[in-house]
Amino acid sequence: MSFSTPPTTNQFTERLTLHYDPALKRNRFNQVANAIAAFFAALAVVPLFLVLIYVLIQGGRLLSLRLLTELPPAPGLEGGGIGNAILGTIVVTLIASLIAIPVGVGGGVYLSEYAQDGWFSKFVRFGNDVLAGVPSIICGVFIYSLIVTTRIFFDQSFSAMAGGIALSVLMLPTVIKTTYEGLLLVPQEMRMGAYGVGASRFVTITQITLPAAFTPIATGVVLGIARAAGETAPLIFTALFSPFWPEGLFNPIATMSVLIFNFAIMPYEAQNELAWAASFVLVIMILGANLLARWISNASRS
Amino acid sequence: MRSAPPIDAFTLRRRPPQEKLVDIGFRQLTLVLAASVGIVLLAIFLTVFSGAREAMATFGFKFLTTSAWDPVNEEYGALIAIYGTLVTAILSLLLAVPIGLGTAIFITEDLLPRRLRDLIGLLVELLAAIPSVVLGLWAIFVMEPAIRPFLSLLHTTLGWTPFFATEPQGPGTAPAILILVVMVLPIITAISRDALNQVPIELRQGAYGVGTTRWGAIFNVILPAAVSSIMGGVMLSLGRAMGETMAVTMIIGNSLNFSVSLLAPGNTISSMLANQFGEADGIQVSALMYAAVVLMILTFVVNVMAQWIVRRLSLRY
Repeated sequence: MSFSTPPTTNQFTERLTLHYDPALKRNRFNQVANAIAAFFAALAVVPLFLVLIYVLIQGGRLLSLRLLTELPPAPGLEGGGIGNAILGTIVVTLIASLIAIPVGVGGGVYLSEYAQDGWFSKFVRFGNDVLAGVPSIICGVFIYSLIVTTRIFFDQSFSAMAGGIALSVLMLPTVIKTTYEGLLLVPQEMRMGAYGVGASRFVTITQITLPAAFTPIATGVVLGIARAAGETAPLIFTALFSPFWPEGLFNPIATMSVLIFNFAIMPYEAQNELAWAASFVLVIMILGANLLARWISNASRS
Repeated sequence: MRSAPPIDAFTLRRRPPQEKLVDIGFRQLTLVLAASVGIVLLAIFLTVFSGAREAMATFGFKFLTTSAWDPVNEEYGALIAIYGTLVTAILSLLLAVPIGLGTAIFITEDLLPRRLRDLIGLLVELLAAIPSVVLGLWAIFVMEPAIRPFLSLLHTTLGWTPFFATEPQGPGTAPAILILVVMVLPIITAISRDALNQVPIELRQGAYGVGTTRWGAIFNVILPAAVSSIMGGVMLSLGRAMGETMAVTMIIGNSLNFSVSLLAPGNTISSMLANQFGEADGIQVSALMYAAVVLMILTFVVNVMAQWIVRRLSLRY
C-alpha cells in the first residue's frame, strides 16, 4: 500500500518545528516592520516635544505679571506685554461661542431628534462636512466681503464682531457634529420613558435627551473653542489688530494669534520675544482646554 | 348607533395649546438652525464668486496659467500660487502618510503595553491642538535654521535637477512642506487609528489562527479591511494641507516669481490671501477672490471625493 512506505527524506519533519524560528524570512520581515513602525511613531512625537520645549523655554522665561497686564511696545522699543491681546482673544472667542454653540446645538438636535432620513437631513449633514473642510482663510475672505467692506456695523470696517463671526463659522460644523453624534448615543428607551409619563417633545429633549448627551457635547464644544482661540487666518483681515486696549466690539481688536503672526515677521528682537511669550500663553491655554475636554469625557465614563 | 361616551379617566391627556405651540415652535427653530449650515455654505460660495466676477471677466482662464502678479500694471495670474498649493500639499502628504499610518499601526496592533500606546496617541493628538501660527513661529526661528545644512546638501548633490536648482536661503517651499507634514500627521494618525480600531477582532483572530505573523495579518487582512477609511482620511488631510495658511505663510517666503525649485521661496493661494488681502483694493481684491475661488473648488472636490471614497470603497464584512 502506498502509505506503508515512509518518505525517504526527512525534509518535512525537520522543517515542521513548532518553535519560533527567528531566521525565517517572514519573522525577519516582522522584526524589520516592527522597527520601522516604532521609528515612525517616534518621528511623529518628536515635533511635539521640540515645539513644546522651545515654546516653554523661550516664552516661559519672559513670563511675568507685566507681560500679562501691559500693552505691547511700539516697534523697536523694549518691554511691554500682551495684555490687550489676551483680553482680545477671550472677547473674540466668546463672541464666536455665543453664536456657534446655540446654532450648532439646535442644528444637531434637529438632525438627531426630528429629521427623517430624507433629502434635507442628508443635505445638512453633507453641507456640514463640506463646511468643516472649507479652509479657514476662505472664512476670513467671506466675512471680509460680507461685513468688513459693507460696513454694516455702525459704518465700522474691521471689528471684533467681524472676527468673532468668522470664528463662529469655523466652530459651527464641530458643534453640530458633536451634538448630533452625542444625541445618537442616547438610548431610545429614555425618550420613550419620557413620552410615556406624558412629557412633550420639547420637555423630553431639553430635560432628558440633551442632559444625557451633555458629556460628548461639552467635550466637542471645549475642543471647538480651543481650536477657535488658536485660529489666525480668519482674523488677519476681519478683527485686524490693535496696539491698544479693546475699544468695544465694533473696533479692531488685538488677538494673541495675530500678535504672534505680526510680531514674528518683524525685524525687532523685542517683538519676536513677545511673539514667543504669546505663544507660551496660547499653547498653555489650548493644551489646558484639551486636557479639560479629555478629563470631562473620562470623568463621566468611570 | 353611537357607542357610549368615553369615560373621562381613560381619555388621552389633552395637550394644552401652549404646549403644542412650544413643541411646534421648538421644532421650527431647530429646523432653521440646521438649515443655517446650508445657508452659510451657500453664502460663502456666492460671496466669493461674486467678488471674483470682475477678475474672471478680465483675466479669464489665463489667470490659471500665467504667473504675473503686478498691482502697478494690474496684471494678475495665479500660477505660482496654484503650483505652490498643489506641490506643498501633495509632497507633504507623501511624507506624512507612511509616518502617520506606521504610527497608527504601532498604537493599535498590540506592539506595546496599553499605557504607552495611549500616551503616544495622546501626544499626537496634542500636536494637532498646537495653533498653526505657533508652529509657524517655531518654523521660522528653530526648524528652518536647523534643516538648512541638510537642504544645502540636497542642493549640492541633486542641484542638477530643476527641483533643487537654487541655493536654499531661509524661507522656501521645502521648509513649508516639512511644517505641513507636522500639521497633517496628527490628522492622518487619528483617522487611521480609528479605522484600524474598527476592524473586527474576529478578522484578526482568523488571521492569527491560520498562523500568520503580525505583519502578515496587517498587510493582508487588517489594512485591506480599513483601506477605505484610511483613504478617506488621507483625502481629508489633503484638503487640510491645501487650505492651511498661517504656518505656510510664515515660512514659504511669499515669492511673486515663479520657480520650480523646492528650495526657492514659493507661494500658495492661502498665503497669498493672508498677505495681500488686508492692503489690496480695486481689481487686486477681485483677483485675490478669483484665487480664493480656485482654492475653494480644489478643497471642495477633494473633500467630496473623501466622502465618496469612504462610502463606496468600504468593505462590508
